[in-house]
Amino acid sequence: MSAVYVWIEQFKGKAAPVAWEALGKGREVADTLGVPLTALVFGEGVDALAAEAFHYGADKVIQADDSTLADYRMEPYAALLSKLVEDNGPRVVLAGATSRGKELLAVSALDTGSGLLADVLELEADGGALTATRSVYGGKLLSTVEAAADGTQYATLRSRAFQALEPDESRSGEITKVDPVLTEDQITVKIESFEETTGEISLTDAAIIVSGGRAVGSPEGFAPVRALAEVLGAAVGASRAAVDAGYISYDHQVGQTGKVVSPDLYIACGISGAIQHQAGMRTSKVIVAINTDPEAPIFKLAQYGIVNDMFQVLPALTEEFKKRLGK
Amino acid sequence: MHIVVGTRSTPDTAAKLDIAADGRVTWGDSPLVMNPWDEYAVEEALIRTKEHGGTVTVIAVGPEEHDEALKHAIAMGAKSAIRLWDDAWEGMDSLGYAAVFAAAVQKLGDVDMVLFGKEAADEATDQFIFQTARKLGWTLLGYVASIEELDPDGGTVKVAQMLEEGRQIASGPLPVVMNVLKGINEPRYPSFMGIRKATKAQIPVWDAAELGEDVPAPKTRLIAYRHLPVREGECEIIEAESVEEQARILVERLMAEKVV
Repeated sequence: MSAVYVWIEQFKGKAAPVAWEALGKGREVADTLGVPLTALVFGEGVDALAAEAFHYGADKVIQADDSTLADYRMEPYAALLSKLVEDNGPRVVLAGATSRGKELLAVSALDTGSGLLADVLELEADGGALTATRSVYGGKLLSTVEAAADGTQYATLRSRAFQALEPDESRSGEITKVDPVLTEDQITVKIESFEETTGEISLTDAAIIVSGGRAVGSPEGFAPVRALAEVLGAAVGASRAAVDAGYISYDHQVGQTGKVVSPDLYIACGISGAIQHQAGMRTSKVIVAINTDPEAPIFKLAQYGIVNDMFQVLPALTEEFKKRLGK
Repeated sequence: MHIVVGTRSTPDTAAKLDIAADGRVTWGDSPLVMNPWDEYAVEEALIRTKEHGGTVTVIAVGPEEHDEALKHAIAMGAKSAIRLWDDAWEGMDSLGYAAVFAAAVQKLGDVDMVLFGKEAADEATDQFIFQTARKLGWTLLGYVASIEELDPDGGTVKVAQMLEEGRQIASGPLPVVMNVLKGINEPRYPSFMGIRKATKAQIPVWDAAELGEDVPAPKTRLIAYRHLPVREGECEIIEAESVEEQARILVERLMAEKVV
């Protein structure tokens, strides 16, 4: 029976924000195709997550609850997803374009000989064939791609590009429980430990990003950037210059060879705005530039600019936000 | 150890891109360079084969322009390079790339590890990396920030992977396919001798007949490239007597935009 499947990525029983965004888009695609929306919930002890999937728009849930599925590992997850696709032939399979989501759907698409539209910003299901917009060449261009309408079409969805539905706690539905395909002794990869990055907001999920560039000058120079980020509940970003100079670790890098982000608000501090950096942040809703050089290219992209020293501006800005936000 | 590194040529990251009348992407006078992510994969392969002995082979899938990346890898120190291409493959999708790449690795026969950069900077995707691993049926470890332990004799590898929530330590058996992140090492600059070697290198091309692999019909196709919408409007430069006043005005504007 035909359906739209959405994989609900979870970490320690908590859904990735983009999973609900994918489910929200899945709702629209399912309605366009006139088929039910099925959430795939894999894990160990994930009853609450299955219930939550209905709140976010699922008609049905396929739940696999087993110790082999506690943490995401490609082998057991892909074996199960590919079996579900082969047995039931869904029209569409969606997931968030996270590290795990991109890997899982790529592998399963190969298993089932299906087309995959990866990391898409827009998705349409007109006439049965999925058409998507992707960001290519490190965010410098867009491309339109289409998947063949026969068989199952897979797509992974960029974080923050789609909207989750408002949760409706009165919704519920039918849960089908399925067994894993692989047993522990058939799984070769073992997870030995996990060190969570605590207290930091992930760049790709952040609604606000405060970024520092070369002018930050030292690892300590990021302190005022972090202080503003903390008041705003924002993630901390950086330009390649700041990362290459060793002021901050690579996982903060925004740009063509870092992360491509699109927050509601992007505050660029001491960043000149090289084309590689612009590629990573130009789809932000509002851009603010703080730089001593009035000729810096970043001002061509920004809506608001302050031509002044970031070490003067940032503390003043942090104080002002504290006042206005009552912190 | 025999380590294979997958690479391709992409426009320099500083290039200004345009779309030609026939729909192809152009990059003016900017050079084609090795996909910037791949330098880390080549470096890691060179480090590991120096440590454990062995050889590095670089492979690119595509027409002649991809020799550029292969030659850069040779200049860095890779022993040999192979380009996989057949005009019949034009328009193949990631399933096709995975099929021919996996076939080439199998043809080499003695490969223990396949490394890729994080993703291809042009098409901005990593799907073909994961699909190559699956096609080979090998261990797949994605987004590797460091190789913690490598035991070619025992046939195991342990790595740190950077995932959204943090750092995961995972282990599995060889042979393995991995994509590595920036920061795993510091890629070397090609030496003078390396550059000379690369200039003289004749890169063999393996085609469909050579590989004996059928390329699956594409399930996705590119319709068109387009530019990003232009950001409208001028930048409002906030000027005031004091920095406190500048901050106050900016906060007011941002509250009005409802982005805070």
